[in-house]
Amino acid sequence: MKTELMIAAGTIEQLERYIAAGADAVLIGEPRFGARLPGAIPEDRLKEAVSRAHALGAKAYVAANKLLRNEELPALPGYLRAAAEAGADAIVFGDPAVLLNAREASPGLTLHWNAEMTGTNSAAASYWARKGAVRAVLARELNEEEIADFKAQAQMEVQVQAHGMTNIYHSQRNLLQSYMEHIGREARLLDLGADEGLFLVEEERPDERLPVYEDVNGTHVMSADDICLLEAIPDLLGAGVDSLYVEPLLKTEAYNETVLRSYRQAIDAWTADPDGYEFDEAWLEAIRALQDPRRELGFGFLYKEQVY
Amino acid sequence: MSSALIETAEKAGKPLRRHRLDRPELLAPAGSLEKLKFAVHYGADAVYIGGQKYGLRSNADNFSFDEMREGVAFAARYGAKVFVATNIYAHQEDLAGIAEYLKQLESVGIAAIIAADPAIVEIAMREAPGLEVHLSTQQSTMNWQAVQFWKEEGLPRVVLARETSMEEIREMKSRVDIELEVFIHGAMCSSVSGRCVLSNHFTDRDSNRGGCCQSCRWKYDLHVDAASAAGAGDNPFTMGSKDLCMIQHIPDLIDAGVDSFKIEGRMKSIHYVASVVNAYRQAIDAYMADPEGYTLRPEWVGEIGKAANRPLNTGFFYSTPGAGEHIYEPEEKPAPYDFAAVVTDYDAAAGIATLQQRSPFRPGMEVEFIGPGGRSFNQSVGEMTDEHGESLEVARHPLQTIRIRTERPVFPLDIMRKKML
Repeated sequence: MKTELMIAAGTIEQLERYIAAGADAVLIGEPRFGARLPGAIPEDRLKEAVSRAHALGAKAYVAANKLLRNEELPALPGYLRAAAEAGADAIVFGDPAVLLNAREASPGLTLHWNAEMTGTNSAAASYWARKGAVRAVLARELNEEEIADFKAQAQMEVQVQAHGMTNIYHSQRNLLQSYMEHIGREARLLDLGADEGLFLVEEERPDERLPVYEDVNGTHVMSADDICLLEAIPDLLGAGVDSLYVEPLLKTEAYNETVLRSYRQAIDAWTADPDGYEFDEAWLEAIRALQDPRRELGFGFLYKEQVY
Repeated sequence: MSSALIETAEKAGKPLRRHRLDRPELLAPAGSLEKLKFAVHYGADAVYIGGQKYGLRSNADNFSFDEMREGVAFAARYGAKVFVATNIYAHQEDLAGIAEYLKQLESVGIAAIIAADPAIVEIAMREAPGLEVHLSTQQSTMNWQAVQFWKEEGLPRVVLARETSMEEIREMKSRVDIELEVFIHGAMCSSVSGRCVLSNHFTDRDSNRGGCCQSCRWKYDLHVDAASAAGAGDNPFTMGSKDLCMIQHIPDLIDAGVDSFKIEGRMKSIHYVASVVNAYRQAIDAYMADPEGYTLRPEWVGEIGKAANRPLNTGFFYSTPGAGEHIYEPEEKPAPYDFAAVVTDYDAAAGIATLQQRSPFRPGMEVEFIGPGGRSFNQSVGEMTDEHGESLEVARHPLQTIRIRTERPVFPLDIMRKKML
C-alpha cells in the first residue's frame, strides 16, 4: 500500500487546500474532543467536511484524542455517532473511554491509537490493536531503528510525524493566565491562544523559542525546532511506514501547502521507483524559502540515541 | 472478609479481590531498604520501591532482588506489602527482558507492580499472575469510563491522574467497583504526568524512562515576539508546582472512597518519609476510629512542616491550581529540621539511649525525639559517650555510635532531629 500523506485541517476551506496540495488524508475535529487541532470543525459540519474530503479523493479522520474528564463523557457517544454517520474514515483516540464508547455507539468505526509521547513500543500498539485499533501513531521521540522495529513487530498500520513542531509539554493548568496574574497583568484566554505568538525561552538556551499557548484543554508547550524528515523518506517508506503526518500548527496555510507539495513529490517518486529514486534539493529548498529563520529544520529524534 | 467467606471463594476457584479496602491504605515511597524500614515502622500499610530496571527514578538507590526479599520480609512482620514501580513507557529495546524481570519480582514476594505501559500490564498478567497490576498515574486516567476500561481488563487498582478532583473521584467510586489510589502528598509535575518530554528535548534524556531532569523547575522567560511579556528586567520564572499536601482533608478523602493514600518521594530522606507517614497514619487512624469526634491536630500539620522543603497546596482536589499554587521564584529551602541520629537501643534502667549518627550534633544542642504514633519530646543533648564509654565533644562521623541520656524512654528506630532554621 502506498504511504499516506496526512495533515490536520482547521476549516473546510483548509481541508480543500491541503488536499489540493497533495494530502491523502486530513485530520479534523474540535477542541471538545480533539487535542491541539489547528481550528475547529463543529459536530454539525462533520458530514459536510468528510463529504468534501471524499469528493476530493481523500480520507477524513476525526480526532477524539484528548484526555477526557467525567463531565465530558455524556456528549461522547453522540459525537462518535455523528462522526460515523458523517462517514469518517477513522476516529483517533488516546483515552480508553473512547474505545468503550466507540464499541457501543458505532461498532464499525475504524480506530487509530494516538497517545502522543507515550506511544513508544510495538507491544503496547499491539495491545490496542487487540482492542480494535488498526493504526498506531508513534511518539516523536523514537529513532529510525525503533520506528523500523516497531513497524516490523506491530501487525498494524503505523503513522509517523514527518514535519512540523511537536507538543513537548501538556498541562491541564492555566499556566499562562496564572503567570499573568502573578506579574499583575490582566489576561483573557483569548490573549493567550495559539495565534498570539507567545513563546518561552529557557534561561540557558537563549536561541530556542518554545511556542506556548493556552486553550480550553490547558497549556501547551511546543518544540523549538521543526521536524523535517523529507530527506529520510526512502528509509521511512522502506521500513513500511504507512502514514506520514504533517503538523500544521502555528504555520501559515501557504507554508503547509508547500510542505505537502514537497512530500507529495518525494513519496510519489520513491513509490514509483524505489531503486531509481533521487532526492530533489528543490523540494527542500521550497520549504526552506518559507521557513521561519528562528526555527531550525531538523531530524527530530530520528538519528538520536537517548539516555535515561 | 470473614474466613468462611474466604474458604468459599477459594473452593469456587475465584481470585480474592477486595475492591473496597476496609480502611484506606497508607502507601509510602521507599527509595532504599533503610527507607523502607522506616516507612513501614512509622505506619505505612504498603511501600513502593524501584528495582534495577523499568522504573522512573533511574537516579534513586534502586533495589536488588536480594534487597527486595529482605524488604518484603521486614514489611511482612508489620503486615505491610511491597509494590514495585515498573512505570516506564518502554521502547523496543526494553521489551525483551520484561517477562523475566516480572517473574523475579513475583518470586521475591512483591505484592504488586505499578505499570503505565499496556505492554508491561499485559506481560505481567500473562507471565507473573501472582503480581497484582496497578495502573500507574503515568497513564493519565481522569475519567470513570477509563477506570471502567481498566477494570474490565482485570486490573484491581487504578492510580488516578493528579488532575482528578474530589468530586470526580466520588463519581468514579460510585460508578466503578475498583480500588482507587490517589496521591495525597509530595511533589507534582506541573504537566500531566507522562505528558512532558522537556528533558528529552533539552538534554536527550528520556523522561518517560526515568531520565526526567525536572526541566519544569528551570528558569524561563515568556516573550511575545521580541519583547518579554513581563517587561524588561523581570525575573525569569519556573514552571514548577507547589507540593501536594492533603493532611487537612483526610475525612473528605476517606468519605470519597479513596482506597489508597499515596505519598510521593522515592528520592526523599528518611526523616521526610518517617515524618510524613507518621502524620498521615495518625490522621487516618483517628478518623477511622471516631469519624464524628475527629478533629485535625495541629501537631500533624506541624510534623509535615518540619520535613517540607517546598510550599504546599491541595492540587486539583478542590479547584484548578492558579497563580497561588505555582512556584515562580526559587522557593526551595532545606527542611527546617534535619535527621541527627536514629535510636538503636535503650537501656531503661540507666535511661541511656544508643544512637547511630546521621548528621553532626554536640552537647547543648536542642533536639527532638520522634517515634511512631506521634510520640515526641524535646530535650537538649547532655553528656555524650562513644561505644567505649569515652566522652565526646561532637558526634562528627556518619554512623558513629553515641550514647546519651534521654529524658523519656525511646525505642529502636525513633528519630532524633535537630532544628536547622
